[in-house]
Amino acid sequence: MCRVLLPLGREVYDIPGPGVTVFSGRAFTGLGLVPDPPGSGWKGDTLRRNIMRATGAVALSAVLAVSASACGGDSGGSGDKNSVTIGFMGDLTGESAGIVIPPKQGAALAIEEYNATNPKVKIKFKTYDSQGKGEQAVPLAKTALTKDKIVGLIGPAFSGESQQVDPVLEEGKVPSISPSATNAALSKNGWKFFHRIVGNDDVQGSGIGTFITNGLGAKKVFVVHDNSEYGKPLGTTVESTVKAAGATTQVGVIDPNASDYSATVNQVKAFAPDAVFFGGYYAQAGKLVKQLRQAGVKSRFLSGDGSLDPGLAKGAGGTVADGSVIGCPCLIDPTGKASPASKKFSEAYKAKYKTDTAIYSAEGYDAASAFIAAIKAGNTKAEDINKFLSTVDVPGVSKQIKFTPTGDPASSAIYVYEIKGATLPLVGDAKTAKLK
Amino acid sequence: MQNFLDQFWPSTVDGLSLGAIYALVALGYTMVYGVLRLINFAHSEIFMIGTFAVVGAVEALGINSPVGTLALIGLIVVLAVVAAVAAGGSAVLLELVAYRPLRRSGGSRLAALISAIGASLFLQQLFAIVVIPRFFDRPLAGGHLPVQSNDFTDPVNLFSIGSVDFRSDKVIIFVGALLMMVALDQFVSRTRLGRGIRATAQDPETAVLMGVNIDRIVMATFALGGAMAGVAAALYMMRFEETVYTVGFLLGIKAFTAAVLGGIGNLRGALIGGMALGLLEMYGSSIFGAEWRDVVAFSVLVLVLMFRPTGILGESLQRARA
Repeated sequence: MCRVLLPLGREVYDIPGPGVTVFSGRAFTGLGLVPDPPGSGWKGDTLRRNIMRATGAVALSAVLAVSASACGGDSGGSGDKNSVTIGFMGDLTGESAGIVIPPKQGAALAIEEYNATNPKVKIKFKTYDSQGKGEQAVPLAKTALTKDKIVGLIGPAFSGESQQVDPVLEEGKVPSISPSATNAALSKNGWKFFHRIVGNDDVQGSGIGTFITNGLGAKKVFVVHDNSEYGKPLGTTVESTVKAAGATTQVGVIDPNASDYSATVNQVKAFAPDAVFFGGYYAQAGKLVKQLRQAGVKSRFLSGDGSLDPGLAKGAGGTVADGSVIGCPCLIDPTGKASPASKKFSEAYKAKYKTDTAIYSAEGYDAASAFIAAIKAGNTKAEDINKFLSTVDVPGVSKQIKFTPTGDPASSAIYVYEIKGATLPLVGDAKTAKLK
Repeated sequence: MQNFLDQFWPSTVDGLSLGAIYALVALGYTMVYGVLRLINFAHSEIFMIGTFAVVGAVEALGINSPVGTLALIGLIVVLAVVAAVAAGGSAVLLELVAYRPLRRSGGSRLAALISAIGASLFLQQLFAIVVIPRFFDRPLAGGHLPVQSNDFTDPVNLFSIGSVDFRSDKVIIFVGALLMMVALDQFVSRTRLGRGIRATAQDPETAVLMGVNIDRIVMATFALGGAMAGVAAALYMMRFEETVYTVGFLLGIKAFTAAVLGGIGNLRGALIGGMALGLLEMYGSSIFGAEWRDVVAFSVLVLVLMFRPTGILGESLQRARA
């Protein structure tokens, strides 16, 4: 916290950062945009007083700006030589927090393990709760850059907020590694500081599409999406993949803010598909599968990584969602059968958090590991870390940590999971798995 | 267009059951407007409180698995009473805290409107931050996540005409809402209190001169409107079994639209408006796709208001008596 003593002797707390003028808004209200209450004085008087008030406010904000930057150096941040700050940004308390808390815990675990080795440069871990909303995320990112002086950001978790936050990071020259932003367009912006440790939606959509036609043998597929930056492209890719494999398709849309999907349910019922794919998040997926089953639609229900959460089954109620298949570019492997590294991670995660590994926890761990590798190699400046990330090539839990020049992971498989009650056991690789 | 023809009858059933809930919520907007000439924007949160009352009541009754259709009707009556008391009570409290002081001090209608919006945001956040985490204990992030009630309905198909299914939950919603509306209409046109409400709606000053206690009338109006929202909440929960602190937001806008469409201030207008809006949404989405649902509904609203500025049935509570 930073205290600033105003000329008048009043104290103002918590100045957001250098150059941020807190009181500048006063100048506008004072200039007469908001009328004074009637009977407050003569017209001429009011005008003169307002001008004085306005200049006063401008002067005041100038003072604030100077004093804030004067004391900005010692407030928080990672200015000292023995530690750097890595941020984590995502929806930690909002509707989709269930798929952001696991990667946060994975990342925290990696950093804790690293700090426990007593390294020369320790890492501080700081979280930013964007609630998945771009308009909340951007100011947080600015705070992270100017006040906390982070050298790297794990996140933002979702694609929508990434679209808005990554340009800010680009300008601040701070590298980011998202554990879960899968929108394919993100890596096509020419961003130099953007990375992700998860396969994008094109990879995911074609993987799930292949599974629908090969693994399930479906001939008629209904694709529903929520018109979001995540759900729409994913649904479109699945549709084009199954179409290319010879299936007939129809597309419907739901409004994620509504609770009644009966119009879409009626369309699905009339189409009588073998499989229904939903591109969107678990809160809506649960309601959709419930309403489909209530209407007597028995087709296999599938969805993408946004729905890989026990919240889907809970939202659908009881065992209604059983047998639904969720595809994901992520590896969730609590029993650790995929690799020794996966086993070691799962055990450490369970010991610390008393829960099994969940969605993107391994990817969160790997994202943090990438930053740790950079810092171990002696890089403590954001730009040096970014340079190191372009050549990093170390084994991770979910995959080899290695990025293409656009920031996508060099290799990524799509895995499918089947809902059984509140659990989501791994079925296998989408290319080869079969379900009846 | 082919879709529209194929799905005409299923859309009609869905539209009517959805419209019935809009209509019940719309009654609250319309009554308060009729009496106070005030849009009570916090009414959507009154509905929200009703849904949480249902979640609590289902848990308190110890119901944890779907009940049969007959038992369901009895259960819905109980839940509707609980929700109506909770929602009606909150509506009265709202009037006492947010509106009455403003009326007393002669504040403008605009001030009351701002107060309404403030109360709406206050109630939403109160639930998200305090009430849901504390009383509807849910793991992880708590208050902002949707809350599921215990499973208490398993809708069965009552009967089918052709390919059109009449599911128990949809039928109960439609019939229940209709009954409530007839009851309210009779109450307003036949009882002493109802006469007071109508008199106040017609001309508050004369009503006072004739010995009507305005404060009592306003309170009764809020209580009745809130109770209707509570019943709507019970019916809604039977259908969806899930709620969230912002559940009232979209539904409130829709219900307010329904009230305007039917003629705000007019009880029967709320019924017509609600049903019309429900049907429009369903037909609109079967023709143009579900993403156009609101566009279609609101375009029709604008068209109707261009030719009938006071809505389908016209304004004002007093004429509702017919």
